Amino acid sequence: MNKLRFFWHKVGPVVTVLLVIIAIWYVATVWLNSAWAYDKAKRADTTISFSQMVSDTMIQDKPLLPAPHQVIKEIYKTTVLKKVTSKRSLIWHGWITLSATLLGFAFGTTFGILLAIGIVYSRAMDMSVMPWVITSQTIPILAVAPMIIVVLNAVGISGLLPKAIISMYLSFFPVVVGMVKGLRSPDQMQIDQMRTWSASKNSSFWKLRLPSSMPYLFASLKIGIAASLVGAIVGELPTGAVAGLGARLLAGSYYGQTIQIWSALICAAILAASLVAIIGTIEKYTLRRMGIQL
Amino acid sequence: MNNPVISANKLSLTYQTNDGPVHALQDINLDIKKGEFVSFIGPSGCGKTTFLRVIAELETPTNGTIQVNGMSASEARMQRAYGYVFQAAGLYPWRTIGGNIKLPLEIMGYSKEQREERVAHVLELVELSGFDKKFPWQLSGGMQQRASIARALAFDADILLMDEPFGALDEIVRDHLNEQLLKLWARTQKTIGFVTHSIPEAVFLSTKIVVMSPRPGRIANIIESTLPRDRSLDIRESQEFLDIAAEVRDGLRTGHADE
Repeated sequence: MNKLRFFWHKVGPVVTVLLVIIAIWYVATVWLNSAWAYDKAKRADTTISFSQMVSDTMIQDKPLLPAPHQVIKEIYKTTVLKKVTSKRSLIWHGWITLSATLLGFAFGTTFGILLAIGIVYSRAMDMSVMPWVITSQTIPILAVAPMIIVVLNAVGISGLLPKAIISMYLSFFPVVVGMVKGLRSPDQMQIDQMRTWSASKNSSFWKLRLPSSMPYLFASLKIGIAASLVGAIVGELPTGAVAGLGARLLAGSYYGQTIQIWSALICAAILAASLVAIIGTIEKYTLRRMGIQL
Repeated sequence: MNNPVISANKLSLTYQTNDGPVHALQDINLDIKKGEFVSFIGPSGCGKTTFLRVIAELETPTNGTIQVNGMSASEARMQRAYGYVFQAAGLYPWRTIGGNIKLPLEIMGYSKEQREERVAHVLELVELSGFDKKFPWQLSGGMQQRASIARALAFDADILLMDEPFGALDEIVRDHLNEQLLKLWARTQKTIGFVTHSIPEAVFLSTKIVVMSPRPGRIANIIESTLPRDRSLDIRESQEFLDIAAEVRDGLRTGHADE
């Protein structure tokens, strides 16, 4: 009984919001697709009743906004019913995007942490690097992505790596910002304490600064992994829609396949939510083991 | 042997601030001999903590000299000549009590066996045996502060500097810890510098009481205690204790009078 209550306590709010979104979605579907339904009837020189119009808005081939069940059916068709190796499988496309995301995230996190260490330990880097880091994020990624693809292609690098680099470009930023703050989070007393033990910079880093920065790092990683996914998808757009969720989005928009676009979008959202949830779980476990109460 | 462990000569420290210079310490002359328990007492801003920090080379004097163990404060710090206990326990939440005490030992490169042995030894000294596997949040404030004292004792420093270590604790716990501290001092023979703003605490603990006054921070009076080294809390009822306390209070008042 208690377990059930606990379950609803956690899941209840999420389900409620989901139901509200789906309800709004259905209303919007009817509203946005009705024009096409009436138009069709007009061209056929017939009139349709309201209920006929509503049922038509749910089954159009290229609706302005596909109904939720159309998207779910499409996702089911392209995941469960297709072989994973098929080019029509969303799982196959999703994996391509995911692999670029994870590689880019690994690059971005490593680069971000190294940059943060440099900024915290070197005054020159503190003064010079941070403005550039911020500037890098004010440039629209959509403008930078094709150049990275083209330049790397010219030197013979294509496929996973260019996408991972674009993904890294977006994900290192929150890590730098979070880690600089995290590595500087020990208070004056803790730093003085290290001094009284005449601790080396090395020991202060490994024993004080790095552990202190963990809560900040995890907050950054959650933003970073979501940014990585966006980067990977954006990186797939200029490659001519070969593979990946980004390619599905682009191909869908070329041919007006709105159902395909929306199912790729939903898959990307589910992927992002799962990645953030995984990091959240690792965070909870790690910080609890470190005796830090959230 | 008779050389002072800590020796300050015409020591001054001035901070430059936007409102002009602040004389945190002015013309401090003080010798502390081996095995003494010296308390620094005075109102806030009198420089008592600053002086302790100068000994520890956490601050650098602008004038005069400070010698610790016959060397400069900087050399003494490099040789880990002192353990420093801060106002807050400052234990790392991600380390157990044992892990926290091992921290300076790891930094100083003690071997694993030595670390284990020392942790057990100092935990016994502060009466926390059996708590090495506990995390800081599982301990009361007083126990945490004892653990931080244990940490300062874990390595071979014969000077112990304490900056209002019991300031945040209630009086009953404080009395108990004061008694423990005296026992510990008797057992370890360390030289202790102790900052406080409590007159009874200073008189009860010290062999020498340095009364300081603010603006500029300077020594108003140095009182050598006539109380025996071996003392219990009952001594606070004795006439001798009250006389010394009165003398300290006088010193504090004179320091304030010329403001």
